[in-house]
Amino acid sequence: MKRIHIIGILVIAVAIMIIMSTASDASVYVPFSEAQARAKDGDDTKVHVVGRLKKDEKGHIVGMKYDPTLDPNYFSFVLVDTNRVEQQVVYYSPKPQDFDRSEQVVITGNMKENVFVADKILLKCPSKYTENEVKVETASL
Amino acid sequence: MVNTLIGDLGHYSVILAFVTALVSAIAFAFASNAKELTPEQKDWKSLARGAFFVHVIAVFGIIFCLFNIIYAHRYEYHYAWSHSSNHLPVHYMISCFWEGQEGSFLLWIFWHALLGLVLIKFAGKKWESPVMAVFSFVQLFLTSMILGIVIGDLKIGSSPFILMRDFMTDAPVFQMDPNFVPKDGTGLNPLLQNYWMVIHPPVLFLGFAATLVPFAFAIAGLWKREFSSWTKPALSWGLFAAVVLGVGIMMGAYWAYETLNFGGYWNWDPVENAVYIPWLVLVGAIHTLLAYRKSRTALRATFILFITSFLLVLYATFLTRSGILGNASVHSFTDLGLSGQLFTYLAAFVVLAIGLLVYRWKNIPATEKEIATYSGEFWVFVGAAVLCLGAFQVLVTTSIPVYNAFMGFIGVKTNVALPADQIAHYTKFQMWMGIAIAMLSGTGQLLWWRKQKDGTKLSEAFMLPLIFTGLFAALILLVSKMGYIERIDNPVYILLLVTSLYAVFSNLAILFGVLRKNVSIAGGAVAHIGVALMLIGVLFSSGYSNIISKNMSGMVYAREFGDDINRDNVLLWRNAATDMGPYKVTYKGQYLEVEGLPDYVNKQQLFRIEDEYKAIARGPLKDGDKVLYTSGDTVNISPENTYYEVEFKNRETNEAFTLYPRAQVNPQMGLLASPDIKMFGTKDLYTHVSTIPDPNEEKEWGELKEYQVKIGDTIFVNDYVAVLHGIEQAKDTLLLNLKPGDVAVQADMQVLGERRTYHAHPIYAIRDRMVGRVPEEIEDLGLRIMLMNIDPEKGAFTIGINTTQKDYIILKAMEKPFISILWIGTLIMSLGFVMAIVRHYKDGKSGGAATKGPAGKVTIKREKQLA
Repeated sequence: MKRIHIIGILVIAVAIMIIMSTASDASVYVPFSEAQARAKDGDDTKVHVVGRLKKDEKGHIVGMKYDPTLDPNYFSFVLVDTNRVEQQVVYYSPKPQDFDRSEQVVITGNMKENVFVADKILLKCPSKYTENEVKVETASL
Repeated sequence: MVNTLIGDLGHYSVILAFVTALVSAIAFAFASNAKELTPEQKDWKSLARGAFFVHVIAVFGIIFCLFNIIYAHRYEYHYAWSHSSNHLPVHYMISCFWEGQEGSFLLWIFWHALLGLVLIKFAGKKWESPVMAVFSFVQLFLTSMILGIVIGDLKIGSSPFILMRDFMTDAPVFQMDPNFVPKDGTGLNPLLQNYWMVIHPPVLFLGFAATLVPFAFAIAGLWKREFSSWTKPALSWGLFAAVVLGVGIMMGAYWAYETLNFGGYWNWDPVENAVYIPWLVLVGAIHTLLAYRKSRTALRATFILFITSFLLVLYATFLTRSGILGNASVHSFTDLGLSGQLFTYLAAFVVLAIGLLVYRWKNIPATEKEIATYSGEFWVFVGAAVLCLGAFQVLVTTSIPVYNAFMGFIGVKTNVALPADQIAHYTKFQMWMGIAIAMLSGTGQLLWWRKQKDGTKLSEAFMLPLIFTGLFAALILLVSKMGYIERIDNPVYILLLVTSLYAVFSNLAILFGVLRKNVSIAGGAVAHIGVALMLIGVLFSSGYSNIISKNMSGMVYAREFGDDINRDNVLLWRNAATDMGPYKVTYKGQYLEVEGLPDYVNKQQLFRIEDEYKAIARGPLKDGDKVLYTSGDTVNISPENTYYEVEFKNRETNEAFTLYPRAQVNPQMGLLASPDIKMFGTKDLYTHVSTIPDPNEEKEWGELKEYQVKIGDTIFVNDYVAVLHGIEQAKDTLLLNLKPGDVAVQADMQVLGERRTYHAHPIYAIRDRMVGRVPEEIEDLGLRIMLMNIDPEKGAFTIGINTTQKDYIILKAMEKPFISILWIGTLIMSLGFVMAIVRHYKDGKSGGAATKGPAGKVTIKREKQLA
């Protein structure tokens, strides 16, 4: 066997290792029910949950707590996942500024006791870069 | 007035560019296949060249039209409206040009056009036709992306010259008046309003464009069965592409460090990865190419890697522009509905290029001889393999959203997400790649250059670098143990440090030993030193990044999970000093940028008027001692960004400095905070605002408290002492627009704050028996003072005072040790690349004739001397 073949085999071995490790590191999108089930089984791997903010009939966000003057690193809110399950989420960082306007929220983290501890929040805001409304007030000028 | 002429001109130029690219691709292909030196070939070639020249002119035409639309604020065009605005400075108009997908395609097309001209001139008879055929074919693909033609349901490309009324056919404004032109655009993404964004995209796209050149030579080599001689021009071009792309990537990293607030220069965002992957492969390709040119091995690998690097550039384009990344990336382009088209092109290039390679595979010469493990080439080859594995690892993870999309396409629902902790995931592999690269670049280089002086023993070559590595590693570890620098105790970090030092010293040894006599061939050694320094810079700045803004107030909302949770942000009340790391930190106020003044100006010195881009000075504005504006002057301001003055005072040395992290509340994007960085010799202090009180929310004022006072009396409010000194004629007439017959007076008051004394002049005015009051707000103290009433008979005045919550910011601050080594390493690496380009270019000129034959003896000897 030539050295080049040995290198080839090694490269393939490392490549397989990379794929396997990526597969085990990769997270999943799950509903809260599954996140809770995982926590019950003692599985503390971090998952992604997609949801919307809980709102009342008037469209006001409900259950959001953030008082920077008391603790700037504690932000708590209620997220409703795609199965309409509500869950309190705690985020030990300042509240993202455009949080209130977000249409969809993706959180990463895991369940701890009764709360979901998020360490990353991704917001999907309406028309972030492409505004499709022209301000008509300029028409009157 | 809607100016349709310029857009039509632009659009026709795009069509012309598309057609000429097609003609030129076909004609160059025929010229390439025709027998050499026949009139037929000559005809095809001149047709092809002619078409390409017209193509270049058309491309310039498109650029002129698009820039004119932006520059002249022609908001009847969607591109100008959505990417620019009236208040944008000219240098950022250049950034608008490539903020959109269409413009960035155009930038790429532009570089291809220029490089095409260079190749027509310099590629030589043999290569011009096949290389340019590939080039024109790629141009055909790129110009079609901005074609903007709709045939039935099929949309081909997205034109940058689309009119607003055609873009928003549903908007009522355009149904009422098709000639309506918006007065202002929606502006450039504020994060892109940075000087690096003027220079970074052109460099990056030049890198993309340059990657095409070695690819085109490789394809031409396969096509014309010139399996060996293509490597000569490909080497200089490959080096050129690698340095430009590398510099482009690092410029992007520096921009991210300076402008974004994720706390670093690299975030493993898919958009960053998408460029990093082809760069690694390209560098790998250069290494196998060098190995081939030295000892005729690894030719097939060289073909594979150059072809792959270009295909990966196309894949990067597909990832960032098709919208497939969706939530996975913060800064990919908007989806223009062109994913199908992009995918078709990607697939076409993959199939064609790999098909050709497979078809010719058996013909590519391969050596049967075994490479010795003590030869430099062997380790260079291994190094290339490591680079490719590193690229592969990033590729596998970055493509996770693609798997979901693909599975969805074939009807299987999957829910795979990117790793929850991406940085840990990537670091786990990339750090080992760094260690391997450092190790191989030292060993490979020493072995590579050892051959020059036959007879030296292996051990001799390694002795000196190893001694130095040992000494320096011990020294650094000792210094770190004594606490002068960061404490390095992670074994993997130590390994990375030691191997990087080894790479530095072995390449230094080569530089001083072998290459002393001939500096011109030292490019490789210099570049490797640069890479090793970059690794050391990354090790310290990322591995030992230290957040100093820990919340030590003891006040926490909830202690659900004990105290082990990182509380990385600190609340700073205005004018109240807080301890943070070795500093006493004070947030002192909000500042704005004023045109003509080098320093930021405190908001309290400016009176804002209805036009938000203008303000009136409330006192003299100075540049040093020079007064530039006096009270009452109107100044131009940039209202978008607020700068928060934060003073850092070292508690031990009492040295103080001020940083101005900035933030803006953007109606579309929320809070955009950019850091301010203080650079020390051994570290950077990096700070940014995480949250500010919402400026759009009305301030909540407390109940109005009234005080009956006489002149000279003192009032106590919220621990502050206010004194009424007198009543005088109102001076601040600007605010009142006084007319004859109006009466206006103001109170002259002094308030003692924590840091200084403030003057307040609340106004009381009477016009037509109506009373008007203008309160004075002292933001620093959270006070609003009003002159409520005047009783001239008793000489008594009523002062009303509201209080509000004081202003605050929430700040995050961290230290990045030795980050400067990363930037220095980048510069050194680039210098090494440039030296190598110069040398190989000269070499190519003088030795061009010798390489004609396949693996001739003369060639090998020559290259051995020069390699």
